[in-house]
Amino acid sequence: MATEGLVRPGVTAANGAIDAFARRHRYHPLEALPWLAAVASYFVFPDYLALGAQVLATILFALSADLVLGYAGIVTLGHAAFFGTGAYTTGILAAHGWGEPITGLLAGAAAAALLGCLSGLVVLRTTGLALLMQTLVVATMVAEAANKASFITGGDDGLQGMEVWPIFGRFRFDLFGHTAYFYCLTVLFLCWLTARHIVHSPFGRSLTGIRENVRRMHAIGSPVAHRRLVIYTISAALAGISGALIAQTTQFVSLSFLSLERSGTVLIMLIIGGVGQLYGAFIGVPLYMVAQNRFSEIDPVYWYFWIGLLMVGVVIFARGGVLGVFERFRR
Amino acid sequence: MNTLSAAVSIGFHGLAFAMVLYLISVGLSVTMGLMGFVNLAHGVFAMLGGYILTGLMSRAGVPFVPALAAAAVATGLGSIIVERLLYRRLYGGDELDQVLLTMGLIFMSVAAATYAWGPLPQSMHPPLWLRGEIDFVFRSFPGYRSFLILCGAALVTALWLGLERTRFGARIRAAVDNLRMAQSVGINTSRLFTWTFALGSGLAGLGGALGADLLAINPSYALDNLVYFLIVVAVGGLGSIRGPFVAALLLGVADTGFKYLLPELGAFFIYALTMAILLWRPRGLFGRA
Repeated sequence: MATEGLVRPGVTAANGAIDAFARRHRYHPLEALPWLAAVASYFVFPDYLALGAQVLATILFALSADLVLGYAGIVTLGHAAFFGTGAYTTGILAAHGWGEPITGLLAGAAAAALLGCLSGLVVLRTTGLALLMQTLVVATMVAEAANKASFITGGDDGLQGMEVWPIFGRFRFDLFGHTAYFYCLTVLFLCWLTARHIVHSPFGRSLTGIRENVRRMHAIGSPVAHRRLVIYTISAALAGISGALIAQTTQFVSLSFLSLERSGTVLIMLIIGGVGQLYGAFIGVPLYMVAQNRFSEIDPVYWYFWIGLLMVGVVIFARGGVLGVFERFRR
Repeated sequence: MNTLSAAVSIGFHGLAFAMVLYLISVGLSVTMGLMGFVNLAHGVFAMLGGYILTGLMSRAGVPFVPALAAAAVATGLGSIIVERLLYRRLYGGDELDQVLLTMGLIFMSVAAATYAWGPLPQSMHPPLWLRGEIDFVFRSFPGYRSFLILCGAALVTALWLGLERTRFGARIRAAVDNLRMAQSVGINTSRLFTWTFALGSGLAGLGGALGADLLAINPSYALDNLVYFLIVVAVGGLGSIRGPFVAALLLGVADTGFKYLLPELGAFFIYALTMAILLWRPRGLFGRA
């Protein structure tokens, strides 16, 4: 964009566009910003590390939603199903004597991916409102199942008695959240690298194609259904990891992990940040969660009102989320 | 004889539940079909109707029928303000913005309802003349539920006649069928939207008020029952009036029946049925291709 000339705008603009295309997958210095901010937050807000770890894990959840919503154009109101499945899998393992964190995460991811793949086989046959409803119904069924299976999930009381072992047998989860913070940060970073790689691969490009013009993708012979299923499964796995992270760091899982509210909130956080740009999650989640934390401290009973007002305000004044405003500002 | 009695009972209570579901959801179906607006906050209007009814009856001592009318009218008029101020800006816009706006409204409604009426569910006491049992041929039926069914049936008939026989109804049908064409033959679609929205919300308010003993009126009403309303709309088909009725009937009777016969697994069947129908007909039973 910086090379746009005045003399022959057409040619240079085209060259610029090709240039931008060729460079798109390379790392931009600005991309270091969220990570620097995360490390800096560790030193600046040492009293809020527990909240910080939650924010980092939730960013991963929103990132996973961005993969299906922002890239493949699958509007889902049921992503909490995968988040909760990951959390319950890890939690139940830890409550029954297998508290090793890394394998716990992987087990959570595998269970969520399995659910994503199986439900995706059915759900992704539809589009639009029907698809939204199918995802919602799947999540409600999973929540209902967890509620009914209270002998293993603890039902309404939540899952009690998780014991998570130290990471690599050395780093114990402490009360102040030092370990939890860096654990979540590391996992988020690795998952972000994966997501970034996927988005910039030919596979990721074809997903954008499916979102923009599904008919044309069919016409050029792209295996649309298969690709949608693959990204849905990957996204479910990432959501599962996110849920597992929160289960391990808070040592608690409850039915709210599977609720419609949870699916709605992650969508809200993502939209506030900006959809389909991989970084919306990094802006929207901290913004929402810090606002929620502040509001609930100031006004413990009615903070819902203020967060709702914030959401309405974003729609009226900041269409496209924070990244959308940023984009308009640059033009 | 026992199975017959159970079947009659399920049919009766299911029908009453279906009437409430239909009254609340039909407005959502029409506005979603007409304006393509994903209005997740539709349940807020039903909740408002319920609060107005219970509030007027218990606090101000207003009789049942005037309170019911007030609930419907006040909800309808209140919705005009919301439509003009907020919804209007997002017609034809991004679905995600609509989701964000309406979820924000739900959150605000939860806090506002807690502020105004407290966190506990509001109880609705039907008037004396509806409390007893009504004897009908071979058995007796609870009075209030019978009233619900009759009331619902009357409203459904009025709604269908209105849509089929009046000019206003013809305009709505025209706009659902082909918005641009409707505009070019001189229909003021902007005003049509507002009135349709107000009518739909007023009906929702009425449904919420009538059904206050079936769907308990509490601050998280709009979120708790969202799945039900969306199922009715999606299964019925967008922009249709008949579709949601069939869907509400199906959901009402099936929900009551499964909860009665298989209380442990009832909910699963409802959801599985919804998925099956949507796989079979993604646009709903009466949706147009």
